[in-house]
Amino acid sequence: MTAPLLDVRNLVKRYPVRGGVFARKRGEVHAVEDVSFFIEKGETLGLVGESGCGKSTLGRAIIRLEDATSGSITFDGEDLLALPSRELFDRRRHLQMIFQDPYSSLNPRMTVGEIVREPLIIHRSGSRREQHEEVSALLEKVGMKAEMIDRYPHEFSGGQRQRIGIARALALKPSFIIADEPISALDVSVQAQVLNLMVSLQRELNLTYLFISHDLTVVEYISDRIAVMYLGRIVEIGPTHVIFNSPAHPYTRSLIDAAPVRDPRLRGIAEPIRGETPSPINPPPGCTFHPRCPFAIPRCREVVPPLESHETSGHRVACIRKDEIVGELKRPMAVSASD
Amino acid sequence: MALLEVRGLKVHFHTETGVNQAVDDVSLTVEEGRTLGIVGESGCGKSVTALSIMRLVPDPPGRIIAGQILWNGRDVMKLPVHDLPEFRGREVAMIFQDPMTSLNPVFTIERLLCEVIRKRFRVGKAEARKRALEALNTVGIPDAESRLGNYPHELSGGMKQRILIAMALLCEPKLLIADEPTTALDVTIQKQILYLMKNLQQKNNMALMLITHDIGVIAETCDEVAVMYAGRIVERTDVYTLFSHNRHPYTRSLLTSIPKRGLGKEVPLPTIEGSVPSLFNPPKGCRFAPRCFRRQERCLLEDPQLLPVAENHVTACHFPLEDAV
Repeated sequence: MTAPLLDVRNLVKRYPVRGGVFARKRGEVHAVEDVSFFIEKGETLGLVGESGCGKSTLGRAIIRLEDATSGSITFDGEDLLALPSRELFDRRRHLQMIFQDPYSSLNPRMTVGEIVREPLIIHRSGSRREQHEEVSALLEKVGMKAEMIDRYPHEFSGGQRQRIGIARALALKPSFIIADEPISALDVSVQAQVLNLMVSLQRELNLTYLFISHDLTVVEYISDRIAVMYLGRIVEIGPTHVIFNSPAHPYTRSLIDAAPVRDPRLRGIAEPIRGETPSPINPPPGCTFHPRCPFAIPRCREVVPPLESHETSGHRVACIRKDEIVGELKRPMAVSASD
Repeated sequence: MALLEVRGLKVHFHTETGVNQAVDDVSLTVEEGRTLGIVGESGCGKSVTALSIMRLVPDPPGRIIAGQILWNGRDVMKLPVHDLPEFRGREVAMIFQDPMTSLNPVFTIERLLCEVIRKRFRVGKAEARKRALEALNTVGIPDAESRLGNYPHELSGGMKQRILIAMALLCEPKLLIADEPTTALDVTIQKQILYLMKNLQQKNNMALMLITHDIGVIAETCDEVAVMYAGRIVERTDVYTLFSHNRHPYTRSLLTSIPKRGLGKEVPLPTIEGSVPSLFNPPKGCRFAPRCFRRQERCLLEDPQLLPVAENHVTACHFPLEDAV
């Protein structure tokens, strides 16, 4: 078997919390805790979780927009965390990012042409003329007309701006793209257009995606495999159909249950789980999900469950009771909620 | 008689760039104890419709240029200004999308709640505090006693939305208008809040008008649904018919553009080409026509009227779909 394109091992990212008169360190935000996963070339890994679970920090740490506290990130055989800055700069052209907000991620003072061309200038790729031709080709590739090259971002709708962001990300012919909530800010009717574009570009250019989103429906559609994060840790990872049809972590089940139904005849089957996500500054001991988990036993408070293989190959779950509760998780949970 | 009836509402915004025809000829009714959902994309006029009902459209630049809003048969637009505080709150209450900005940050939760209670019920301090505690318990806030002393910034988004619901329900309104109440919240918290609103609705026999862009939230909660596009209602019927026998191409496209369970990227999603038109200069004829997969010559010239296609089912389309979904 060939090595995966991206291999993340034991990644940790903590932020100090400072306060008091001398801004002393008073604690740490455990944003990403001991996360390990890999992505094969050409596949899409969906990363889901609720706000504050560390999914964006994880994405940013991979392309070193944030410096990880510890761990390793191997991309195409090289450890990104060990690279000196000059080499990191060269490497980065292969890893690009698409951001959530197409309104704030494009410089309003630059024309569309300048925005898409900027990466080519920075990386001294081609002559001026070649760059211009490349920009036109890129715009066409993302479904925009080459005439739009001299217009400014504010003249475009959200969907078109996201296309510009995608064109910019593709400029340096990357092999790997991290898309952080790329369609959440868009109108429903436009979301499908951008999703289709991302899928067809992946096929055409053999791209590998890390697709970060809070929306399970979208992640199910685009991903080959899914990783579910809760409070900085991956609690379950596996092939998309396995995650949806036989989730083995109670949190995954509750996420699936919480997604609004697509048919009013199915309403009211699952009840909401209790409580809220605890603070990542002082995460609960043991399994961080235990205060909300309907299956928690005293031992869940004591041990941090390791991410272990489960039934199907490639399916890994971090729950000490995974074998006992597998039957219960086959159908929606009807636990009594706090209200 | 319907609890609330809106007839032919037209709202325009006069701005430097021109006149924005935000709401154009919107009619709807809400019956006692029922839930009406209004669904549409950003800028479709759903929030402006709600603000008009509350008489909260800022004038200028906004102006209600036509239509009637009847509350138990009384015209809300003719209510004298000094009757408005009574109407807002006691009759109709409203909660907004962003619980972060809807609560005054300089007051504690106790003060925020007690102010409403003492104004409404003319009770003493101790009694007001007791009722505030009850209200917090009703909306499922754990450890309510200590929460009373908190400021809004000390609470999570879900907790703040619960506080807003508690405040809205203090005056026992007959209708609660919720404008994207769960959009800023995580899915597990969204589920809790929707669940809470439905429970309280049943307990108080309150009507609910739920405004959302999320067709899933509609499927979870509503009895009747109005689909809005570019300032107009394009289809209105009960929630089951809307999902199984919708007739308007926009409704159909909206439903099919969301990925189905079990479907992967091998099959491209059906899309709606283009984007929502500007309401400064809306397209002639049917406003959806430029993006419609069933468009014909007539659609670009002639405005379709909202006409019945079945019992309790109206749609504004010259060529409504015939087949079931």
